[in-house]
Amino acid sequence: MSKMFVTATVNGDSAEFLCDPGATLLDVLRDTMGLTGTKEGCGSGDCGACTVMLDGEMVCSCLVLAAETEGRQVSTIEAVAEGSDLHPVQRQFLEHGALQCGFCTPGFIVASKALLDHNPNPSESEVRYWLAGNLCRCTGYDKIVRAVLDAAAEMRQERIPA
Amino acid sequence: MPSPVFHAPQTVDQAVALLGADPSARVLSGGTDLIVQMRSQRISPSAIVDVKRIAGMSGIREQGGSFIIGAATPCTALKENKALVTAWPGVVEAANLIGSVQVRNRATMAGNLCNASPAADSVPALVAAGATCLIAGPGGTREVAAEKVTTGPGRTTLAPGEFVVEIRLPARPAGGGDAYLRSIPRTEMDIAVVGAAAALVIDASGTCTAARISLGAVAPTVLLVEAAGAALIGSTFDEAAMERMADAVRVACSPIDDKRGTAVYRIAMAGILARRVVEIARSRAGEFK
Amino acid sequence: MNAPLPTRTYRHVGTRPVRPDGLEKVTGKAIYGTDFVAPGMIHGAMLRSPHPHARIRSIDTKKAEALPGVKAVVTGADFPTMASLEVAMGESSGNIKHVSRNCMAHEKVLYEGQPVAAIAATSLRIAEEAARLIVVDYEVLPHVLDIDSAFAPGAPLLHDDIFTKGLNPPPDQPSNSPLRFQIGGGDPEAALAAATHRVSGRFSTQPVHQGYIEPHACVASWNADGQAQIWCSSQGQFSIRSVTAGVLGISHADIRVYPLEIGGGFGGKTIVYLEPVAMLLSRKSGRPVRMAMSRSEVFRASGPAPGSVVDIEMGAMADGTISGVVMEFKYLGGAFPGADVHPGAMSALAHYVVPDNRIIGWEVMCNMPSTHAYRAPGAPQATFAVESCIDELAQILGLDPIDMRIKNAARPGDKSAMGTTLGEIGYVECLEAAKAHPHWSAPLGPNQGRGVGGGTWGNYGGPSTATVSLAEDGSVLVTTGSPDIGGSRASMAIMAAETLQVHYEKIRVTIADTSSIGYSMVTGGSRTTFATGKAVVEACEQIITDLRERAAAMWNVDLDQTEWRNGAVVCRATDKVLTMGDIAAKAGFAKGPIAAESSINAQGYLPGFGVHICDTEVDPETGNVTVVRYTAVQDVGTAIHPDYVEGQMQGGAVQGIGWALNEGYVFDKSGKMDNPGFLDYRMPVCSDMPMIDTVMVEKPNPAHPYGVKGVGEVPIVPPLAAVANAVSRATGMRMRHLPMTPDKIWAQLQGQKG
Repeated sequence: MSKMFVTATVNGDSAEFLCDPGATLLDVLRDTMGLTGTKEGCGSGDCGACTVMLDGEMVCSCLVLAAETEGRQVSTIEAVAEGSDLHPVQRQFLEHGALQCGFCTPGFIVASKALLDHNPNPSESEVRYWLAGNLCRCTGYDKIVRAVLDAAAEMRQERIPA
Repeated sequence: MPSPVFHAPQTVDQAVALLGADPSARVLSGGTDLIVQMRSQRISPSAIVDVKRIAGMSGIREQGGSFIIGAATPCTALKENKALVTAWPGVVEAANLIGSVQVRNRATMAGNLCNASPAADSVPALVAAGATCLIAGPGGTREVAAEKVTTGPGRTTLAPGEFVVEIRLPARPAGGGDAYLRSIPRTEMDIAVVGAAAALVIDASGTCTAARISLGAVAPTVLLVEAAGAALIGSTFDEAAMERMADAVRVACSPIDDKRGTAVYRIAMAGILARRVVEIARSRAGEFK
Repeated sequence: MNAPLPTRTYRHVGTRPVRPDGLEKVTGKAIYGTDFVAPGMIHGAMLRSPHPHARIRSIDTKKAEALPGVKAVVTGADFPTMASLEVAMGESSGNIKHVSRNCMAHEKVLYEGQPVAAIAATSLRIAEEAARLIVVDYEVLPHVLDIDSAFAPGAPLLHDDIFTKGLNPPPDQPSNSPLRFQIGGGDPEAALAAATHRVSGRFSTQPVHQGYIEPHACVASWNADGQAQIWCSSQGQFSIRSVTAGVLGISHADIRVYPLEIGGGFGGKTIVYLEPVAMLLSRKSGRPVRMAMSRSEVFRASGPAPGSVVDIEMGAMADGTISGVVMEFKYLGGAFPGADVHPGAMSALAHYVVPDNRIIGWEVMCNMPSTHAYRAPGAPQATFAVESCIDELAQILGLDPIDMRIKNAARPGDKSAMGTTLGEIGYVECLEAAKAHPHWSAPLGPNQGRGVGGGTWGNYGGPSTATVSLAEDGSVLVTTGSPDIGGSRASMAIMAAETLQVHYEKIRVTIADTSSIGYSMVTGGSRTTFATGKAVVEACEQIITDLRERAAAMWNVDLDQTEWRNGAVVCRATDKVLTMGDIAAKAGFAKGPIAAESSINAQGYLPGFGVHICDTEVDPETGNVTVVRYTAVQDVGTAIHPDYVEGQMQGGAVQGIGWALNEGYVFDKSGKMDNPGFLDYRMPVCSDMPMIDTVMVEKPNPAHPYGVKGVGEVPIVPPLAAVANAVSRATGMRMRHLPMTPDKIWAQLQGQKG
């Protein structure tokens, strides 16, 4: 099988990689680039653990072929914090204890940031429906939803971060 | 299993040639069905033809009130088009019930249609709305009603080398309204146990002058139940007409028992959802002068 | 009345600091099961049985072995044969032969998805391709997947060497039931006859999966000198070591298991599935081998909790006193014994005082994956029936269902239904808190109903090791052998900070591999904060004593002239202070390094109790259920880190709601699982749930230095009945069969209409 040569932008940097034409973006991120923060929970788009941003929209990286990303922008959990500065969503997840095992957390954080970039003042119901594609089995979602709502408030500067 | 060859043609003609040359080649637009089927080894295509780099395959154009939707337009993009949301809210809502936001950022109505699942959410809404598909192929293009594209689970009328390039929605008529609802056990992320769509036209007196009722997940294909629409035409949605409509819906159903629901439940829900979508569509029709 | 324990005030216990491993987990840096890479690693894949029950006539691996890139192939023939050997494995005791066969079938396959061969190759794709080249000749046998069929005479027999234990006289024929278990006392028939009202019925639940989002994964490297390393996520690296060693017949000390971060377990990661296979592939190939399950493999070959059928009769007097209970339940286990009948029986009535009772439990095996522990294993199924009957009796008697529970609730000093004397338990306090909560008296809307459910879980203590050492600058290193599945590093650091009277940030917690610390039992049984926490506190106390001794020597005073104050030794006479840093800096020149170890068998654990209130709205036309409000009340002892206690309560409640409403294994006619994915195995999604309100009732456990009781498992016990009681009251129909999917509720509503 002949591999494909793909040039994309990953987390702001130019990335060139060889991939099997049937390989998913998730496979390449994890196995080729070592970006293992993006998790595989199902491989069928049902759990959201592999959520990444593709040209500014959140997608399941298990449902994207790596070859499709030629010339496109990919952004992962590893680029949510700016250097050592956590994004408000990350900080609120920590403050609220919105993770237990933490395995679904990268997907939730990427998806939550995408929500707040899209809608700075979501209702609880909007948060819940936006995150319906991200499964969490540990928390019952309560603290996740609160963390996202508080991150939104913080980003709107309604509350000064502690 | 050999790995597929990946193509990203720039033109419709190139895509037609690639698809025509290899009967096992598959079209990739959103990939949310195709890649799952490849991963689970239900299919192993020898070639994948990514049509997203063809000019005009993504995006929505309005022409005299009608809409031309590129086949690779993701479902979430439909919500961004205010005119489309105003004209065909049922279609936009149906397309935005598929999967999750992540999935809808990739999934397309054309893919939903061509995957040929009887439970496809956007298809009953398209059928009720009277949508057509522009299909490109070796012999040129042809336009086909949405309800004529599938023939059974996983089966379509597309010939080798053909693929859908556009979905076309007519202009919303004065006094027209549409709606789609589905029955699922959860609030999101489920496949429809039953889906029902309605598109209606009412006149100034509130009398129904046109009605198309479409059902999902109650037969091998999405159904257009003409008798259900006929039961409403000429009525003012009185209880007798509504019950005749629901009866026609139930009679049209030939569902199966499966892991998602029993046949008897599906038939009953088809009637209930049909009544509910007609009410919503009627209310929308009344607001659209 | 119970004498209230003196209220203690703490500096750290009960605060909510950021967990020590938090940053790595919100930035994607934490290393979980499939994230670990060993140099030279190759990839394993499993060939699994397509049949639920079949005899393996032969396996031909020649074509697979010949495929370029394939480095090793393993079948059941590569596993050591051995007589049955009971080993301690996780929360259930297992039989090593059964563990071995569950890792790799030998003579027979007993469920669809059971491994029959494994391949290691230079890529996963090649390994999967090689798996398809293996030819297995099966003699397909009839299969059985439900309780009645498995019990029926002439049923397909899974094992010809399993005879029902607990029968008198012992049976002379093998059967699909490995265990019958009976407890109780008094004269339940007479008590039932004397009751003012009796209710009875059959309740059922389906097998459900733990549903952790991280699939099982490991990397194993077994060298030619016999020494091996395994990197994996699990609930207990020591259990992985002992069971893997047991299956392979090698010394425990030859395997070093490194715990990776674990992406959820809920009991399901106390089990060994992949490690012995990866070990054998590694030995054959000479390379480290990664094995990871797909989601479909997780559903088809790991986990589930047993399904159940419960026949129950309960009687009550007019004042609400439960006079007697007779219940007989059957738990539908999978291919091997281990359906948690015993804890189910022990939990069913343990929150009430009902002297006249009889509980009989049967375990039944069938051709589905071997069932394993799932959060309070065995308790939710039996409790669902008990708590539903109480609700029904309260309705008949016109009593408030919480009042009726208070009337019968077990209290400290009571003899439990199981004959033990109860310690400082807090069930009554939970019931009273539930009754006082605004939720209980809030108005309900149309088509809504409110249900309440109680429940208990025994919790556990057991063996744990902790070490505490001081770095040269006096900062504190706490090391345990207990995987952190939901924030336990934070609770260990809090308890160490409280004991040492130092800042939380001065403590760093590590979870060590099996060669770097003494044995600890699995993180399970709600034992870690209690038992491992106790070991940490004891090791900290040893450190304090050591530092005081060193300071006394430095000051040339008696030990009793020193005291520990604010993280330093103070001389009573002179008020001189030696900080931890002061002493640590000189340790190398004095007594030597400062380190302490505590290896304990933690005793004095207490059961936990919970009361959940659920409001549901039922669409009368479709049968769809919406959970509109939910409150969980629990006796948590002392909440060390309240965020993670609340998190356990919320997560357990939502798992229980899923169990009640939509989750369940579905098999097709050929005996294959029909819903092995998150699309059709319907766990609750974010938009399905309301906020889960929590009330922590803090009644400290006197046997723990900070009053800890286990909290992780209790919250999955009450929800099944709380939800079913809410739906029952919303619809006016008693719901006895889970999951309450819309089509089932609708069908029952149609039946009610006639």
